[in-house]
Amino acid sequence: MIVNRKPLTFWERLYLPAIVGGFKVTLKHAYATLIQGKKVTMEYPEQKWAVPADYRGAPYLVKDQEGNTKCVSCQLCEFVCPPKAIRITPPGPTGQSADRTNAEKMPAEFEINMLRCIYCGFCQEVCPEEAIFLQKDYSLVGSSRAEMIYNKEKLLALGGTHGGIQKWKLKLEEAREQESFPVKL
Amino acid sequence: MDWNFIIFSALKIAVVIGVVQGMVSYTVLAERKISAWIQDRTGPNRTAPAYVKDIPVIGPFLIRLGIFQPLADGLKFMFKEDFTPAGVRKIYFFLAPAVAVIPAMLTVAVIPFGSMLGAQKMVIADLNVGILYTFGIVSMGVYGIVLAGYAANSKFPFLGGIRSSAQMISYEISMGLSVIPVLLIVGNLNLSGIINWQADHGWLVIYAPVAFIIFLVASFAETNRTPFDLPEAETELVGGYHTEYGSMKFALFFLAEYSNVVASAGMMVTLFFGGWTLPFWGLDHPAQSLGMGVAHILVFVAKMLFFVVLFIWVRWMFPRFRYDQLMDLGWRRFLPLALVNILVTAIILWMMA
Repeated sequence: MIVNRKPLTFWERLYLPAIVGGFKVTLKHAYATLIQGKKVTMEYPEQKWAVPADYRGAPYLVKDQEGNTKCVSCQLCEFVCPPKAIRITPPGPTGQSADRTNAEKMPAEFEINMLRCIYCGFCQEVCPEEAIFLQKDYSLVGSSRAEMIYNKEKLLALGGTHGGIQKWKLKLEEAREQESFPVKL
Repeated sequence: MDWNFIIFSALKIAVVIGVVQGMVSYTVLAERKISAWIQDRTGPNRTAPAYVKDIPVIGPFLIRLGIFQPLADGLKFMFKEDFTPAGVRKIYFFLAPAVAVIPAMLTVAVIPFGSMLGAQKMVIADLNVGILYTFGIVSMGVYGIVLAGYAANSKFPFLGGIRSSAQMISYEISMGLSVIPVLLIVGNLNLSGIINWQADHGWLVIYAPVAFIIFLVASFAETNRTPFDLPEAETELVGGYHTEYGSMKFALFFLAEYSNVVASAGMMVTLFFGGWTLPFWGLDHPAQSLGMGVAHILVFVAKMLFFVVLFIWVRWMFPRFRYDQLMDLGWRRFLPLALVNILVTAIILWMMA
């Protein structure tokens, strides 16, 4: 398409309409910000933003509703983690066994180095027990590198209780619903 | 050995340099705040030295105004690492910021910032060729930028330095020629003499408006301010001629740029807007008392602040000029306009005599 470029008038070539327009626009914005108080700045940390639902924050270990640790030390998250931030010490044949009856073992030591974590969410995706979740925490600070390696107690304390997504239950409900309404072909 | 003169001159120099440096750091703050207001945001509003938050009403107000931010800036410049990149010629690298700052400081020596305070004239050097001195010194300001760009041993600063030197020498000519109608009308190169003429006959901006406009635009170009800031355009040249310079050297370049802004504002006020005079309240003759002397200084500073705010305001009004448009404006539009302006002023003065 051909853009219509009209030649500039005499006043436009003197830049005068542009100058006056510039003064008006800047003055309008300065007035709105100063006198009427409309500004787009979010005064962190007094005002914080609302974290969206699927936000990938820091990964933490969770307990289920009865208070049991869900992690069974399968080490899948350790192997899938791209920057190798997770380090698990399995209990071994002579180590301490799990603290609940329907689990075979639990990790002797579980460390995530928060400085290496890239918040990708692979550990949450791969975990078969839904034991590790990326929660909404985004501002982690520490005063030394050693302080930023979180061990199992800290991860469990920060993780809290999470029932899990329980994908199989969702699929069961969807399958049952399909029997009652016709599937379009 | 006129000890009186030497001591008072030294005192004036110390006070003027102190005040100008203070104004420069607060000009940086003003620029950040005013730019923020024009862009729908707040500028720096959190810096607070110890215990200031507890002062009842004034403390939080001043903190929200960002008054203590220049202190933080000064501390930052002192504590940052002052690195030297590899492959530079050390002499030029160390010399460049100094060569940039010295002309900026020298231009304030002839600007009269008041009339008299007691028995002392409020100008450091009452030269009879004040304007000529100013233009000579401003021309030396080009060297600092060229040396900075060359010494950094890198492509972008080099381009920035070259562009800046071409831009500055083009607009210096128009700036010099635009002041000649002022001299034709007044007949005196002494800056105090020009102010006295304006006190008697009214401000020169009414007699030579075209000269004022050319001088204004040429000042924007001389100080490398938008819309002529191609040498330091962040989107084009990273940082331009001061990319490779670290803490203290960068602070000196910053100082040089804002000192140039303050000095240009001072020159504009002196040449076209009557300096320290106001047409009412008896402020248009040299001061007889200390109170009037101080009032004159305050009038001058207020006028200068208006022009500094104008410099800052214009920065956000226009897009940047492209290099060929800049050169076109300097050589093909302002130079003929300035020459025609001299001709017309001379003809009018000849016909009125």
